[in-house]
This record gives sequence, structure tokens and C-alpha cells, in this order.
Amino acid sequence: MKYSDEFRDKEIATGLARAIRAKADPQRSYRFMEFCGGHTHAIARYGLEDMLPDNIRMIHGPGCPVCVLPAGRIDMAIQLAERPEIILCVYGDLMRVPGSRGASLLRAKARGADIRMVYSTLDAIRIAEDNPAREIVFFAIGFETTTPPTAIMIRLADKKGLTNFSVFCNHVLTPPAMRAILDSENPVEIDGFVGPAHVSTVIGTAPYEPFAEGDGKPVVIAGFEPLDMMQAILMLVDQVNDGRHEVENQYRRAVTRVGNQRAKADVADIFALRETFEWRGLGSIPHSGLKLSPAFARFDAELRFAMDEKIVADNPACECPAILRGLKKPVDCKLFGTACTPETPVGSCMVSSEGACAAHWTYGRFRDHQRRLAS
Amino acid sequence: MSVPQRRLDLKNGCVDLSHGAGGRAMGQLISGLFHEAFGNEWLARGNDQSAFDVPAGRMVMTTDGYVVSPLFFPGGNIGSLAVHGTVNDIAMAGAQPLYLSASFIIEEGFGLADLKRVADAMGEAARSAGIAIITGDTKVVERGKADGLFISTAGVGVLPEGLDLSADKARPGDRVLLSGSLGDHGVAIMSKRQNLAFDTEILSDSAALHELVAAMIAAGGQGIRLMRDPTRGGLAATMNEIAQQSRLGFRLEEEAIPVKPAVAAACELLGLDPLNVANEGKLVAVVAPDVAASVLAAMKAHPLGRDAAEIGEAVADDHRFVQMATSFGGGRIVDWLSGEQLPRIC
Repeated sequence: MKYSDEFRDKEIATGLARAIRAKADPQRSYRFMEFCGGHTHAIARYGLEDMLPDNIRMIHGPGCPVCVLPAGRIDMAIQLAERPEIILCVYGDLMRVPGSRGASLLRAKARGADIRMVYSTLDAIRIAEDNPAREIVFFAIGFETTTPPTAIMIRLADKKGLTNFSVFCNHVLTPPAMRAILDSENPVEIDGFVGPAHVSTVIGTAPYEPFAEGDGKPVVIAGFEPLDMMQAILMLVDQVNDGRHEVENQYRRAVTRVGNQRAKADVADIFALRETFEWRGLGSIPHSGLKLSPAFARFDAELRFAMDEKIVADNPACECPAILRGLKKPVDCKLFGTACTPETPVGSCMVSSEGACAAHWTYGRFRDHQRRLAS
Repeated sequence: MSVPQRRLDLKNGCVDLSHGAGGRAMGQLISGLFHEAFGNEWLARGNDQSAFDVPAGRMVMTTDGYVVSPLFFPGGNIGSLAVHGTVNDIAMAGAQPLYLSASFIIEEGFGLADLKRVADAMGEAARSAGIAIITGDTKVVERGKADGLFISTAGVGVLPEGLDLSADKARPGDRVLLSGSLGDHGVAIMSKRQNLAFDTEILSDSAALHELVAAMIAAGGQGIRLMRDPTRGGLAATMNEIAQQSRLGFRLEEEAIPVKPAVAAACELLGLDPLNVANEGKLVAVVAPDVAASVLAAMKAHPLGRDAAEIGEAVADDHRFVQMATSFGGGRIVDWLSGEQLPRIC
């Protein structure tokens, strides 16, 4: 398949793996965090772990929007969807995210809530136009990548004069989450970041410069294809070996330093920063979430339906908080593979295929048995 | 004395509640549409059941419900699917399918022209498979109580003497053969979904596989341990089922698994793995190593197995993992799909 096979070439991969092996200093270890769930998925899906030397460890970061959505926000959405006048439009991967006490949108739908899975924000607009007597709420979620489509949708709803349409906004920002990981009380040792692919097409590479310059952490922005990952890892190894800490851009075919100006302008126009936003696993992070700006507040479902913020404590046995910060691995969690599987997710890392636990369970758990046998 | 009847308006008419009420309208629908389409000596007798001769040996019976949405898709419709699916369930035992039953649950208001297209496709699929639909049932439900049309078919077939395909016969070292490219049916369906619609030349692979199966048995005999058709859940689900039932692990080679470029591209776009996408005209067989080459050659010689490939082998593994060497060079598990990738694919 054109435009993707080129980035999955086995021979080039073998060459890169050889170069990484040759350059990785056996006297030290390298701990790199890939921030994005897309990278976590690529590592697991293509079996990259098998191609890296043992002293390079990839730490799976919190960059999966479904994974970091706290249970309270799911409860709020369920409460909204249970109102008879409301049609809640959601992306499919939200359906199984656990709320409190085993609740999920999937279960709410089975009990009669009108919840529609959509593939595009435009589907939600169409549903609003087709159902003028109902209230249509779009469950907006995602990092900087999915925020511009939500912005365009709101602009379109405004232009069309839709009065039965609003947005339950859960958009979050990448740089504040990276900051929270580095500044947390018990931070994981990170020697460098594989920076986001799609997020960076929007925000550019400049927002990562403080992490390189201020925190001394190498950052390499990388695409989501497996060769992108391998090359980015090689570039990180080079930076660490050279004692450099810069923002480098491996994903030059899509990312610039300034990003997508038009998208950024739209987002700035339609959204405003929240004082603080709750992240599953990371807690409350200042200025890390978006809400509708005052000019578009009439599209804000939280205001329109006077929704109360709900904070729900996670299952204390669930290690998602430590896993999302890179402190633990999925196998370190007692629930992993027993109470918590993709069919019955307890923690958010098991819900999305981009979550660290689901990726390891679905693609990589055979290695745990291999390791057990080896020891 | 014959009572004058309004003819079935097969162009603009639609099914109403009287067509399921047991009266004259129902009789007219059955004789004027279904019998016409399925045309055979058993239905012509007009009984509530059909008697047929039972051949010597063991018989196979299966049943399946069809709720596919949309009803018409590139490469087939719910009718052809309802024949092929049930024929294939019989064929996977190594059996020769003989007769089907067909039960229709129709929503009030369903167009007779569409019903005729579906029935004609069933008749055609049955005839070209060399089988007959010999009994049936029609129910009509109120508008909103069924999504257009649901079909349920049951089938019987006969097993060749001495043949007993079963997962527990698989042994470490057995080879895994796949009859052709993955994901065609699922992608063809998805391309017509209202909220997804995209243009593709991909047709559903919906087809009756019993002749391919017969050719494989002629080539491999008792060396064929088991066969499955990877429908819902795709090859991934089928291989995991086989692993559980055979108490073995499997090692697959991603590079050996045929996927059409258009299917790969659609899956890429939709974030799906072709290994999880449904097929309706493919089979996977686990065969003894000494017959693998001859069975594969027999598959390739048949039009429905032209792209057949050896894709992996069985290994001893207490965990019953299905592992795959990725075309990139690393390894991974091929797991069951969790949740529903896409409802109502068949």
C-alpha cells in the first residue's frame, strides 16, 4: 500500500535496529517515554520491543485521550444521555470506558439512553439537523489533534444557526501533561521523549522547547509508522550519547516548528483554557483542559444542562496512575489479565487499544511468559 | 372454485401484515415469490415440511441467522449470504451440503421488489451450489420491529465415510493453510454503511466453499485435521478458537497472509486490522505437514482458492497463544477482538 509500506520496510528496520544496537552504550540504560498512545500501539503492533536491545526501555506515556479521561466525566456523560430529550454523539472507543461502579456508555445505551456512535464531527451536525426536536450533545475528547475538528463543527453549527446542538468538552493539552510528569513528586527517570506525531502537526515543535532547554530532556517528534519510531529512538540515543538535549523533528513530512496556524487560530477563537482539569492517573493539572470560550458558551453542554462536576475515586488496586506516569509496567498490576482485561476493563489503560495495558495484553503478553521461562 | 386475486405487485408493492397472517395473501407471497425463486420439486408439493431420502453415513446439521446491514452490498445481498453462510458451516465439517430451510422475518412495508431480489439471489446461490431450499417460513412484524428483513437458514449435509474433522486432531508441526485474501466481505459492507460510505472496488467474497473443500479432501484425506471459515471476528478469532480447542499454540507469518491492497487501505483508514475483519468465502485448514503441499496445490487449482497460502504452523504451547512474526520483523500476539468491531456484518 503506497504511502504506508515505505514506512514499514523490514530491511530498513533491520538496518535501523542494527544501528541502534551499535550505538546504545552497554554500560548504561536508556529510558524513553513515548507520550502518545499511537506510538504505544505501533510499538506493540509491530513488535518493536523485539528489535531493541535490553538496555533501551520504552515507557508508555499518558497520551491516549480515552485513557486519561476520569471516571467522573463518564458518569457526567451517562447522566446527560439518560435525559430523554438528549442524543449523545460519541466516538466509538468511548463506549466501554468504565465510569463508577461498572457503568459505561455501552451499558447506558443498552438500558435505553440514545447514544450514537459517530466517525466524524460532521455526523453529529447531521444528526442535529435531522432531529430538530431533540437536544444533540457531542462528547468531544482528545488532544490537540481532535480539537480543530470540534472547532470546525462548532463554527458550522453557529453558521447553520443550530439551537439544539452543544458540546461536552473534554479536550486536553499535551505540554501541560508532559510538565506534570516531569514535575510530579515521585517522577520516573526519563532520558528523553518521543514526541507526538499528529498533535505536533497542529501545535508544531516549538511548545516542546522548554522541556529540552529547561529540563534538559531530549525530544524527538516522530511519526506513527514503525520506521518513524525506530529512527526517533536512534536519534534519541544519539542525543543522549552526545550529551545534547534538543527538540529534533523526525516527522518532517508533516510537522513544522510553528504547526498549523489556521487550526491554532480556530482553536484559540472557540476554546478557552480551564483553570484546571482532572486527568485519570495524573490528578488535577492546571491549564491542561479546554472549555468553550465566552463567545461560544451557548454551545457548552456543561452550562446548557447545568452539569455538576463529578469526581470519582479510581479502584485503589488499579495501577493505571503509576503506569500512566511510567512508574510501573502493566504486569506489575495485580488486576492485569485477571480482573482487568479488554473485555472487562477496570482501569482506563485497558480500554483503548492505545492504552499501555491493552496494547501489552493484546499484542505483547507472550513475552511475560517467555521472560518467566528464561528466569 | 378459484377466488380472483390481486396479483403481487413485484415492482411497487410492499409487504403488509396480511402477508404473514396465514391467509390468502401469505399463500400468494409464498407461491408467487419464494417458490418462483427457489423452484424445486419439494416446494412444489406445498407441504409444511419436506421429506427426502437419507443417504448412508453420518449427517451434519447447522443453523444460522442473518441480520446484515445494509441488506444489499457489493458482491451479494442478505439472500446469497444466507445460503453461502449455512452451506459453508456444513462444508467445514468436510460434508457435502444437501438441503436448506429458510425462515424470513419481514418488516411491514418492506418492498416486494427488494424481497424478490433477495429470494432470487437465494435461489441462484442454492442452484449454483447444487442444493435445494426445501422448506421455509414467513413472518411479518410491525413497522419498527425488525430492520427490513432477517433471514434464518438451517441446513443438512452428509459426511464422506471415515471423515471426522476436529480441532483436537491438530498436532504440533501441522501447517495452517488459508484459501485467499482476508477482509473483503467486511470492507465491502463497511463501504456501504450510511455513516462511513466510501468508494471501493472491493466485492464481498461471499461464496459456497463445499467444492473447494471436496477438492482439498481428495488431495489430503485424513491428513486434514480441521477446517473453519473465518467469518465474524476474522482470522484472529478463528485461530484463537482453534488454539483453545486443539490446546496448541500457533505461529503465523504476517508476510504470508494475503490482503488485497484496497482492503489494507480501507482498514488503515478505519483503524481496523484485516485479521479481525469478516470473511464469507474463505477457509482456514490445519493439515498434517506431509499433505500440506498437495492440499495447497489442490486449493490453488480451484477458483475459490487461487490465492491460497501456507500462513503458519501449530506449536506446543500451554498458553495457547496465536503469535505472529510481523512483516516489520518483530513478534506479536494475534488476539481475539474485544468488543464489537462492527455490528451486523452477516
